[in-house]
Amino acid sequence: MARRRLKLIFGPDMVKEPVIYQLGKQFELVTNIRRADVSKDQGWVLLEVIGEPDELDRGVEYLESRGVKVEPAEGDLVG
Amino acid sequence: MAKLLGLRCRECGAEYELQATHVCEMCFGPLDVVYDQAALKKKVSRQRIEQGPASMWRYRDLLPVEDDVPVVTLGEGFTPLVKADRLGSELGLRNLYLKNDSMNPTNSFKDRVVSVAISWARAHGFETIACASTGNLANAVAAYSARAGLECFVFIPVDLEPQKVVSISVFDPNVVAVRGNYDEVNRLCSQLLESTPWAFCNINIRPFYAEGSKTLTFETIEQLGWKLPDEIIIPIASGCQFVRHRQAIRELIDYGLVRDDRVPALTGAQALGCAPVYNAFKSDTPERVLPVKPNTIARSIAIGNPSDGIYVNRIALETGGVVEAVTEDEIVAAMRLLARTEGIFTETAGGVTIGVLAKLARAGRWKGDEVVVAYVTGHGLKTADVLASVDGHARRVEIEPTLKSFREQVNI
Repeated sequence: MARRRLKLIFGPDMVKEPVIYQLGKQFELVTNIRRADVSKDQGWVLLEVIGEPDELDRGVEYLESRGVKVEPAEGDLVG
Repeated sequence: MAKLLGLRCRECGAEYELQATHVCEMCFGPLDVVYDQAALKKKVSRQRIEQGPASMWRYRDLLPVEDDVPVVTLGEGFTPLVKADRLGSELGLRNLYLKNDSMNPTNSFKDRVVSVAISWARAHGFETIACASTGNLANAVAAYSARAGLECFVFIPVDLEPQKVVSISVFDPNVVAVRGNYDEVNRLCSQLLESTPWAFCNINIRPFYAEGSKTLTFETIEQLGWKLPDEIIIPIASGCQFVRHRQAIRELIDYGLVRDDRVPALTGAQALGCAPVYNAFKSDTPERVLPVKPNTIARSIAIGNPSDGIYVNRIALETGGVVEAVTEDEIVAAMRLLARTEGIFTETAGGVTIGVLAKLARAGRWKGDEVVVAYVTGHGLKTADVLASVDGHARRVEIEPTLKSFREQVNI
């Protein structure tokens, strides 16, 4: 099992969609929200996701295919 | 007596033992080093600092490396603080200073943070140092790893400019060129953390690495005669450096190193082609920093999803500073302005800083007598290519090797 710390960023089209619920339902992944800031038209969620590495990749692909921007929780690391 | 007490989450305050980790397990907030301030208050003094080496290690008491740890140094820091009268005169500033950090061993500010990070990592048993980088950081990490005799892995995007790869490769690190964009390099390194026993300078040992930034401000204030300026202009990439400059000022006041407790305005500079912090600052919600896709010549500060963006805006607002941004043309114009007036050749990131300084000065931000400092964080030879595409030789003439030709072509 592997663990990833992700920051999900939602725009106005996605903010009402239950994508974290879908992530847990469609994939063998355990999700755990750590912090969030969501308003009516945008927001972000810091999410811990646990699962097999391939399943994690598929889960991230799914989120991105739904229009959610997925970043490492700690932001850009490239210096 | 140990001066370091542990790590503390900036968001929720959760505390951790000193270790190579950068994110709070509770809330995923960033972790900061906690010092024994009571002990340091008894120890730190101007005299003790002034008796230290002519490098950033004169502030060792305020850095996260214990006294008995041998440091990995190439003589970084204590770079010149130049009074910029000619540039100041063009901008209507009579007390303008430039902190020229391009004079560091690998010609950028990054030597400060990397010297601290690798000193800490070596002392804590790490044998391999790594980083994800677009240039300046990889340069410093490769050089300091060589100096320390440690294994080094540098992760770069496969399309990184050849001249940057050369200046990294000369130190003989393992260069991993990732077929992907910056985001993908970023993600890969994040995932590698869990399976490698490496010290990633800008990731798992980030709390220690970041502390090296403070020395830039410590030095500036010491070089100003232990006086705080009115405003400091700082380039913004992840925002990590900006946060540490605020911390440095707090420490200078708390430890009695400055008599004044008037906090300078801290102002951030971004390129419009990658301005997530500026965008948020100008909006109604400065704490909501939304990622952007970078598209700027100022690549060394082109971070689309800055980890410390919200803290930058908080600090700018708290101190009376602003966050401003400049166009690509303004960046190049500022590089040329600085070179023409002060003889300092800075990279594009320095062009961003000087560009914002010029923009704010021309907009009337200052009356003229304020003490303003701009941080010039990297050398122009790192990004000389950007000048090749513009008219870099406006005053050049070609002549025959005769006096006649010279007199005809050159107006003296």
